[in-house]
Amino acid sequence: MRAVITVVGKDTVGILAKVSNLCAENGANIIDVTQTVMQDLFCMIMLCETEKMSAGFSEFVDKAEALGKDMGLRIHVMHEDIFNSMHRI
Amino acid sequence: MINTKDILETVAMIQDENLDIRTVTMGISLLDCIDPDIDRACEKVYAKICEKAKDLVPVCEEIEKTYGIPIINKRIAVTPIAMLTAACKGQDPVKFALTLERSARTVGVNFIGGYSALVQKGFAAGDRELIASIPEALSQTEHVCASVNIGSTKAGINMDAVAMMGGVVRRAAEITADRQCIGAAKLVVFCNAPEDNPFMAGAFHGVGEADTVINVGVSGPGVVRAALAKLPKDAPIDQVAELVKKTAFKITRMGQLVAKEASARLGMSFGIVDLSLAPTPAVGDSVAHILEEMGLEQCGCCGTTACLALLNDAVKKGGVMASGHIGGLSGAFIPVTEDAGMIDAATCGTLIIEKLEAMTAVCSVGLDMINIPGDTPAEVISAIIADEAAIGMVNSKTTACRLIPAIGKTVGDTLSFGGLLGEGPVMAVNTKSPAIFIHRGGRLPAPMQSLKN
Repeated sequence: MRAVITVVGKDTVGILAKVSNLCAENGANIIDVTQTVMQDLFCMIMLCETEKMSAGFSEFVDKAEALGKDMGLRIHVMHEDIFNSMHRI
Repeated sequence: MINTKDILETVAMIQDENLDIRTVTMGISLLDCIDPDIDRACEKVYAKICEKAKDLVPVCEEIEKTYGIPIINKRIAVTPIAMLTAACKGQDPVKFALTLERSARTVGVNFIGGYSALVQKGFAAGDRELIASIPEALSQTEHVCASVNIGSTKAGINMDAVAMMGGVVRRAAEITADRQCIGAAKLVVFCNAPEDNPFMAGAFHGVGEADTVINVGVSGPGVVRAALAKLPKDAPIDQVAELVKKTAFKITRMGQLVAKEASARLGMSFGIVDLSLAPTPAVGDSVAHILEEMGLEQCGCCGTTACLALLNDAVKKGGVMASGHIGGLSGAFIPVTEDAGMIDAATCGTLIIEKLEAMTAVCSVGLDMINIPGDTPAEVISAIIADEAAIGMVNSKTTACRLIPAIGKTVGDTLSFGGLLGEGPVMAVNTKSPAIFIHRGGRLPAPMQSLKN
């Protein structure tokens, strides 16, 4: 299964590092990353493999959200299929 | 990788525009629980519901986490209980209601529907007893919902049942007067009731359905409104319809995904996706605000019926391709107390009950969650039900009445139910008496539309 991680918020130092660190700690393999900074707003989308994750998926979701709260960002982890089903026929 | 814009759009829909799965409703057949001994029947009902629905709530919570999409309600719909009371002559049907309540608490669902009777053409054994017991059943339980189907395009309208329901609605409000008359808010009177509707209070599990089935109701008025807000104010109405269609497609796809996933994880067949726009009292989750976004000063003004017709139709057209099986009510809901925009419009007098009646001819339900003065006679309530049923019967569509007589209150007062049921003003009704018409009883003949064979 593949998950999409979205990170939106005010740009600060080390966002990419902290989020990738979280993935590494939990065994989520990052496949693709896109990021843009529009004016002050940081926006990153990460696609990762979650098959070999050490923690359970819902635990990972909670950890990501908690990290977001700490950094004042909105971090969401969602199964890739929700985007595929919504935007592709 | 999926387009960045699409990903951010989905996240914004969920985070900012209140997109959610309104309900995952498990339909459970109780036909194999029928027993002449009511206590034995109740035991079988309890055992079957607890067995079939034990994983419903945990599985839904798992899906919420995986896909990041909130599932607001987990519900159960059962075979109309009148079919079980038919075998239990002379015994108190309220026992079934208490059993449903106990099962709902055990499995942790938000509502359980099916304290129902289908009497569109006449009363069978057990029907009258069940209908008469509805007020008591609703006052003694918290999670149980009741519904009665009193008419259909094929059968006409059972006017004896209509006469009876006026009194039942009043009584349901009277004996819960100390709790904001909540009893009447859990009772729906239908014409052309769908057998696979996942929404409360009118959900029940039709007799033609499989033993167990998963039906999903989506929501998302906020998403449609937000999409329309981006459209220029001088865009022609076809563009409005096109945009609603596209948005409804996306919303329904999400419902389809959750329905497929939930039925696979629970090992049950997937029934239908109901692609209704169901409002909540939360700001930004209102069907009235969609109509206002189309260009009305306030919901209820002239033009409301036309805008609602467009909305209801475009939602169906967009949703129908997005799911393998569409069913239930599928369209736009207009429950007054559950919709922030409707509450405002009703409070200031722009939205009146007669306008709502016209709106029900073009939307997917009927006069829903409307507070009426506490001194409204049962005959007037019956006559409102008859009018609404006639609209449904002639137009081959579902219509329903969920009226709450506000006992001890009058026009201008407020009833506040809390939660998804919301709050709203007591609305004026025409008080001239239809008593002679209602007391005639009998059966209003089915219209020409019934002769399709």
